[in-house]
Order: sequence, then C-alpha cells, then structure tokens
Amino acid sequence: MAISTDEVRHVARLARLALSDGELATLGGQLGQILDYVKQLDRLDTAGVLPTSHAVETGTPFREDVAVPFPDREALLANAPDREGDAFRVPRVIED
Amino acid sequence: MDFEAVIGLEVHAQLSTESKIFCACSSKFGATPNANACPVCTGMPGVLPVLNRRVVEFAIRAAVATGCTVQRRSVFARKNYFYPDLPKAYQISQYELPIALGGHLDIEAGGVSKRVGITRIHMEEDAGKLIHGGSSAGSQGSLADLNRCSVPLIEIVSEPDMRTAEEASDYLRRLRDILVYLEVCDGNMEEGSFRCDANVSVRPRGQEKLGTRAELKNMNSFRNVEKAIEHEIRRQVELIEDGGTVVQETRLWDADRNETRSMRGKEEAHDYRYFPDPDLLPLVIADAWIDELRQTIPELPVPKSARFTERYGLTIYDASLLASVRALADFFEGAVAAFGKNPKTTANECIQWKDAILANAVSVETIGQVVEDRETGLISATAGKTLIEQSIATGKAVRVLREELGLTQMSDTGELEAVVAAVIAANPKEVEIYKGGKEGLLSFFVGQVMKETKGKANPKIVSEVCRKLLG
Repeated sequence: MAISTDEVRHVARLARLALSDGELATLGGQLGQILDYVKQLDRLDTAGVLPTSHAVETGTPFREDVAVPFPDREALLANAPDREGDAFRVPRVIED
Repeated sequence: MDFEAVIGLEVHAQLSTESKIFCACSSKFGATPNANACPVCTGMPGVLPVLNRRVVEFAIRAAVATGCTVQRRSVFARKNYFYPDLPKAYQISQYELPIALGGHLDIEAGGVSKRVGITRIHMEEDAGKLIHGGSSAGSQGSLADLNRCSVPLIEIVSEPDMRTAEEASDYLRRLRDILVYLEVCDGNMEEGSFRCDANVSVRPRGQEKLGTRAELKNMNSFRNVEKAIEHEIRRQVELIEDGGTVVQETRLWDADRNETRSMRGKEEAHDYRYFPDPDLLPLVIADAWIDELRQTIPELPVPKSARFTERYGLTIYDASLLASVRALADFFEGAVAAFGKNPKTTANECIQWKDAILANAVSVETIGQVVEDRETGLISATAGKTLIEQSIATGKAVRVLREELGLTQMSDTGELEAVVAAVIAANPKEVEIYKGGKEGLLSFFVGQVMKETKGKANPKIVSEVCRKLLG
C-alpha cells in the first residue's frame, strides 16, 4: 500500500519529527510495508464482531476518591530540563 | 434576506471530587505550582492511571438528571496532541463510546418553552496551566503548573437546537443549576470550573442545510456567552450579505473589545488520532449501580419550582428564582415551616435577603419570625427590614431587637380607638368634609394618628378604626 510523501510529511509533523527528503522517501516505503503486513487482517470476516481494544473485558478497576499528596515535588521537577521556582519551564508558547 | 442562527453548546464542568481522575493528587484549586502533581499526572514512564470511582458516580448522576441513557460499556481514548500543559502528549478522554448518550434539557426563553437535545456526556481529564513569559521580568519561556492536569471534567454536548443567544444562555444557566444541585460541580464560571464553547452558524430562514460554523471560546460569564453569540451571529450575517463566506474556525471572544477574533494559525493539523487507551480497560457499569445513583437525585429546579407555585401559591418568577439555588429553596421551605401562614411574604423576604441567606448570615427563624410578626401586625414591613439588618449586624434574635428598638406596632384596637377619637375631635372641619362624601380624606386621619403615635401604630388597623369611628 503506497503512502504519499505528503502523508508521511503530515504524520511526521504531528509527531514533531523533522525529516529530510531522503528520510521521507525511506520511511514512506517502510510505512507502506507495515500497513501491508497489517492488512492481512482484512481477510478475516469481522462482521458482527465488536471492536476489541483489550483482551480482557472484566471492566476497569476503581480507586476510591481519597487525596494522597505525592511527597516529592523536587523529584518531579528534577526530571525536567528546566524550571523556574516550582514550575516547569518550557520554550515560550505563543498564545494569540 | 432573513437569517436564523443555529447554536450548539459544549460545556466542560469540573467535578467536585477530592482527588484527580486517574491519580490520588488533590484536585483542589489554589495550591502552589506543582504541589498537586505526581508521576501519573505528569506522564512519567511506567505509570498506570486508575479511575476514580466518584468521577463515574458524578458523571452518572449528571447523565440521569439530564435524561441521558447511561452506557453499560464505555471506553477511554487518547486524544493526541503536543502542548506543554499536557505532559503525556495526549489527553485521556472518551470518544466513540462515551458514558452517556441522548438526553435533553427543557428551556424557556422569550416566553417560549422548548426542549434542547443533549447529544452526549463524556469524562475526561483537564490540562495544566501555562503562565506565559515566566514569573518575573526578563524571564524566558513559559511556565507549566500541572496542578490542574488530570482534574476530572465532564463534557456535555448539546444538539444544535438553540436559535438565539438568549436560548443558549438559558440552557447554560439551567444546566449549571442542575449540576450545582447535584453537588457534582461548583458551577463557578469565573474560576473556570464551568466552561462553555459555542458552535454558531447562520442560514437563511427555512433552509434545512446548516451553514458553516465557527466555534467560540473564552467566554467566562453568562453575560459574555450571550454577548459573544449575538456578536458572532451578526458578524456571520453581515459577512454573507456582503458576499463573503463563513470559514470553519475557532474564534476567541475578547470581552474588552466586545468582539470575536480568529485564532489564526492554531487550526493547523487538528488531527488527534484518537485510539482506545491501552492503560485503561473499558468501563463497565452495572444497572444496579445506575439505579442506586438514580435514587440520590434530588428534586431538580424545574419540578421544584412547579411544586412551589402549586403548593405555596408563588408566582412562576418567584418560584423559579427560589428553586434555582438548592440552598435558597431549602431555606425558603425551612422558613415556611417555621411560620407557614404566609409563604408569599416568606418568598419575598427570601428573595430580598438572598445574598445574606446564601452567606449563612440569616437564620430560618429570623425570616420566619419577621414574616409572622408582620402577619400578626406586630411590626411594619419597614420595621421588618430594619430588624433583619440589625440581626445580621449584631447577631441578636429579631424579637429581642424588636423590643430593644421599640419597633413593636400598636395593634391593640382599644388603645388605637382612643387616639383616633382624639384626632377626630381635633379636626371637626375634615370630619364634616369626609362625611360629605369625600372619602379620600381617610388617609388624612390615618396620617394624623400615625403622627400622634410616632409611626408606631399599625396603619392597617388604624385605617379600620378610623373608618369605623367616622362611620
């Protein structure tokens, strides 16, 4: 299944990947092969089968609504490349 | 050409839980940055979200109260996008299979009642907060506070059933009143715990096909929602009349300039690539649980208001005003129980003292006793107002204050007859004119008696006594 260069560029953009023209061509070919592989599933008759997102259908477990503070804010901030005070610092986001 | 607007609303209501939707961080507002954050809500590798039971309870209660059908099986999905207020790079939401479908809300605007469809209700997590430009001068970049990240929300999506800004605003108020009644949301628009986006389009009246819609955001009060929609309808109609076409886009309401502005550039690539979240199993809800929660739904504003008009003889306006706030409605019924002979006066007092009542500054007894004393003629309406004001200021009981301030009216007929007789004796000329048929002069005698008694006489009884003695 052929994937157009524009489609590859779009998907790369959504994933915030900067790809060269050469990479776009290579990855386009590889993505096509992956889709062809998965396409084998089209041979199955799935009429009347509910979409399955999980192998178990027991229902999700719950937690009770009790607040338990996480004690180590410093550890969270230490994972980030930058901070200011108790906040994470990120590259400036231009809002309207 | 005559145009009609088509409006649908998307409401995000923050649920009043103790903890977040998928982790145990506190969901309370106002903590220092990132005090309410943990590895789960900051999207650290290897963590697992676990659903908060109360979030589901609140969503079911909201669904039942708006006539939706709760789905026995619903699925959480990932909505993928990059933005620094969302460290996982996806928001956990519900997409193809939400928790509730197909409800409605009855509204009334411009004297017309209509039913607005509710398409769906789904649960999702909120995003964090960004402070642009940093916290101090010269600071670079944006600062991310993830306290709000993963705070539980329900999104309530209406059908495009509204035709005017007034209808939209009435829908919004009624929806907010219901959620506050259910105690699932505090309904505070300014603080953002009740937010609304509006999809607005216009079409020539009579045309079936919908026009291209614009999505309006950033309206943080009922007034702003109404103004923004009105403005947007006008903008679209003028655009079309001038030969232009409406483009599908998101527009921000600017309350300072009273206009909507296009969010240019932010529209690119809204391709969220939703897929079922592999970390969360489908949510399976037993009928027994829904039934159990159905029992916890209180009497809602509309039926309560109907009961108030029927049972207490209130006007529809007063009844719906009282019924719109649960605490006020409960107070009113408490005050009627404390003194039940004149619910209309009680209703008036409750409406007049609404703010003090909701601030818990006035007791049921205060209102009940003032109404009772007015009813039995012990105090005037003016004295009642003074007594309530003084009671709020001093914390003293109104009946103690009534004696202290000497506000008890003279209502004793015998006592008043003596005063009236004296007034009659002192004004023979007026008596003659009155007896000559000029009955309007009755107010002169009443006025004289009020003057003699320094305003303490009960005017209604004075008037009766005057009429009798002049008879």
